[in-house]
Amino acid sequence: MEHAYDITLTVNGTTVSRRVPARLHLVDFLREDLELTGSHAGCEHGVCGACTVRVNGEIVRGCLMLAVQANGCRVDTIEGLSDSKELAGLQKAFHQKNALQCGFCTPGMLMAAQDLLLKGKKVSREEIRTHISGNYCRCTGYQAIVDAIEEVVNGKG
Amino acid sequence: MGKAELPLHAPGTKLDRGYIGQSVPRPNAQRLLQGRGSYVDDLRFPRLAHVVFYRSPHAHAKIKRLDFSKGLKSEGVIAILDGRAVAEYCTPWVGVLAHLKGIKSPPQHAIAIERACWQGEAVAAVVAETRAQAEDALGLIEAEWEELPAVIDMQESLEGKKIIHKEFADNICFSRQHDTGGVDEAFAAADVVVEETFEFGRHTGVCLEGRAILADYNAAEHSLTVYHSTQAPHMMQDIFSRHLGIPEASVRVIARDVGGSFGIKVHVYPDEMATAALSVMLRRPVKFVADRLESFATDIHAREHKVKIKMAVSRTGEILAFDLDDLSAIGPYSVYPRTSGIEGNQVVNLTGGPYKHRKYRAKLNVVFTNKNVTCQYRAVGHPIAVALTEGIVDKAAAKLGMDPAEFRRKNLIPDDAYPYTFPSGIKFERLSHHQTLNKLLDLMSYKKLREEQEVLRKQNIFRGIGLAAMIEVTNPSPAFYGVGGARISAQDGATLRLEPTGMVTVMCSVTEQGQGTEGIFAQIAASAVGVSMDKVRVITGDTGVTPYGGGTWASRGAGIGGEAVLLAGRALRSNMLEIASKILNLEKETLDIGNNAIIGKLTQEKKMPLEELGRVAYFRPDTLPMDFQAELTVTRHYTPRQYGFTFTNGIQASLVEVDPDTGFVKLLKHWCVEDSGTVINPMLVDEQLRGGVVQGIGAALFEECLYSPEGQLLNGSMADYLVPMSGEMPDIICAHVETPTLQSQLGAKGVGEAGTAGAPGAVMNAINDALAPLNARVTAMPFTPERILRALAKA
Repeated sequence: MEHAYDITLTVNGTTVSRRVPARLHLVDFLREDLELTGSHAGCEHGVCGACTVRVNGEIVRGCLMLAVQANGCRVDTIEGLSDSKELAGLQKAFHQKNALQCGFCTPGMLMAAQDLLLKGKKVSREEIRTHISGNYCRCTGYQAIVDAIEEVVNGKG
Repeated sequence: MGKAELPLHAPGTKLDRGYIGQSVPRPNAQRLLQGRGSYVDDLRFPRLAHVVFYRSPHAHAKIKRLDFSKGLKSEGVIAILDGRAVAEYCTPWVGVLAHLKGIKSPPQHAIAIERACWQGEAVAAVVAETRAQAEDALGLIEAEWEELPAVIDMQESLEGKKIIHKEFADNICFSRQHDTGGVDEAFAAADVVVEETFEFGRHTGVCLEGRAILADYNAAEHSLTVYHSTQAPHMMQDIFSRHLGIPEASVRVIARDVGGSFGIKVHVYPDEMATAALSVMLRRPVKFVADRLESFATDIHAREHKVKIKMAVSRTGEILAFDLDDLSAIGPYSVYPRTSGIEGNQVVNLTGGPYKHRKYRAKLNVVFTNKNVTCQYRAVGHPIAVALTEGIVDKAAAKLGMDPAEFRRKNLIPDDAYPYTFPSGIKFERLSHHQTLNKLLDLMSYKKLREEQEVLRKQNIFRGIGLAAMIEVTNPSPAFYGVGGARISAQDGATLRLEPTGMVTVMCSVTEQGQGTEGIFAQIAASAVGVSMDKVRVITGDTGVTPYGGGTWASRGAGIGGEAVLLAGRALRSNMLEIASKILNLEKETLDIGNNAIIGKLTQEKKMPLEELGRVAYFRPDTLPMDFQAELTVTRHYTPRQYGFTFTNGIQASLVEVDPDTGFVKLLKHWCVEDSGTVINPMLVDEQLRGGVVQGIGAALFEECLYSPEGQLLNGSMADYLVPMSGEMPDIICAHVETPTLQSQLGAKGVGEAGTAGAPGAVMNAINDALAPLNARVTAMPFTPERILRALAKA
């Protein structure tokens, strides 16, 4: 394997070690090596947001970060945040308001929404729209997504 | 007829009334919310090989030499094959239909042989143990080309000085003329004639999940299982069978979660056919997932049209006639098996659709070019027909000094005129244009908005209001494809089975792409049988399991598949009551089902839980009468046949603000009033409408596949090809009029494409309304800031 490196990182609370090629993207590492297929590759150049994951508490594009760059990091994916119930409030609101259709953008969208929620401030619809404007959804008109996030972030319902 | 009167609601049970018209969340969304869906690229297989394609860098070129020797030595490479090798296993196809008279297209191969006809056409396949290894080898392929003259411009193609396919005398794929007669006379008699040329940019679906296929050939059985991101599993089963030479019953197509489709995933793609052929050749599973550049370069494009439209109007504002001349370019091949003639054909069928004029003439030319192929994408032809019609209607209203809403009211087909035959020959069962118009004007406070617009204009704030009335093809009968010889099913089927525990399993041939098919089938099944929704499980997207059917396209899932589920549900209910009557020794007519139990029809008293019925029927049938056999699995099918299509109608409005200094358009609000018959789940319908509107807004403002004069795609990434993101989108207000179709018991018409059909016209009219005081006008989509500034500079 050309330019391979040993990495050790914490993924969804579990320590994993692998030897990976330098060119391997984080999202491909998660999907192919760890078989965590909840993070999706949509455009592979950082525009669509489907691969959004959390690294050391910050949301990042899994297609713009290399696996080797995550060495020593704490990585959280949709699978981990679902099992820990951290996303339960948003997931419930998304479900109740039908804020998803095909679901391909949904894990990334939830990651972005949770990032807003963690800031702990009330927000306007405009601010919600801006915060998720790096996450492409082709199915919904974004409105149900904004409704669901608004409900959870502003503590309605 | 209101919801409460629908025949679905059998008397006597609360649950039976329960779910139709209710905004219940879809059960199948839960797994997607936790990242536990299974899209094709999520599946894991032993010995899985990955294929990537070497694609033509030229728009039109002869393949003089392909050298795979270096690539074959690359690590992990299993095979590199050219078109001839793959053609040994996969026969070519021709995308024509008998009812589109005169349509022609040359044979197309899975991988091009001798000649590539657009930039992006696959000319070799590289199979390796990993995708990365396959892509490494791709860079080692050596090719020698002889460039051929490319035809990029559609007018140039029509003129035919350079012919793309030598076997034909011209570049015309399909042409059609339609004439009711009396058009010239109507124009001669008109007080006002308005005319405009509209242009529509070629754009594409941009599904977030790229096209994806995993073909798994079993050499021992000569059978093929294909995991496919598709809308039409049975159509693909037939096609894999015929082109790969495998008996139909030995081909199984499975569509699990599909990450968006919008018409993109209902066509035969050469690289997907090659993937299936490679699995047969290599006797192992092979996977292809289109990356984003491949999606832009090879997913079907749509809507490249230039249309001249003329309308004759009387002094009092009565539309007398339309005259249409549409030129459209479709790339080098008509796409198989639906053809690329349908979009233009729809423009001819639908233009002028909401109005009561009787004279109509249309000319259509569909030409070949050396760009990527085009075919049916969400709302097929409708966005063009609606924008043309509504654009010219607004122009006429302005010329006559009439309010656009009043002008429409004067000309819309009256709500009591049905059944009605339109001058293009299409038939309407029952539409509600005037009800939807009135509802829309109320909903948006039209008068108040006009007053506000006037006030703001004086402050140099340029707001515009645009209306777009429309009709829409839904629930197509065999008249759409079947009559033309395509093996595309217009009927769908549903099987319902009562499980021993009293649960109901539904298997239906209509597929789920996120629109909520499985959710509404659960609502319908629960209502029809008389159980609560948590007792229902729905299975779709597997030719090995479900009844035969067409799948998801042309806004047909709820209206056709839903009716099949309803009919099967009623049949199952009847069978269950029959068994209950034997067990309880009571007359069947005195029994009913409610609250997951057999109950007395009059008393509503619980007689027996359904799990008891299941227990007796499955495990103790010895206690039933000797001559009685319980049937707890039933199948029913449904085909719409009375009308070629079940037309719907609706109207949209857009409110925009145009900045004349920058050319930017701010979308302030959008309204949509739609009559899609019985609404099964308002929440799902509304967000699907909104998603459709946003896709239409993309066409109006942002999206275009740009080609250089040499036929090179210039914007093959999401950084360069703009799609609507949440920040620029407005809130969209939806409302409904419900005119159920009387062809079915459910009464549902389609709704999936309505938003996309109407939004571009509404946004265009709003922009031109905003620009009117500045004497500027735009007619070429997308309306980019540059185009708006150019129009203002000319004014």
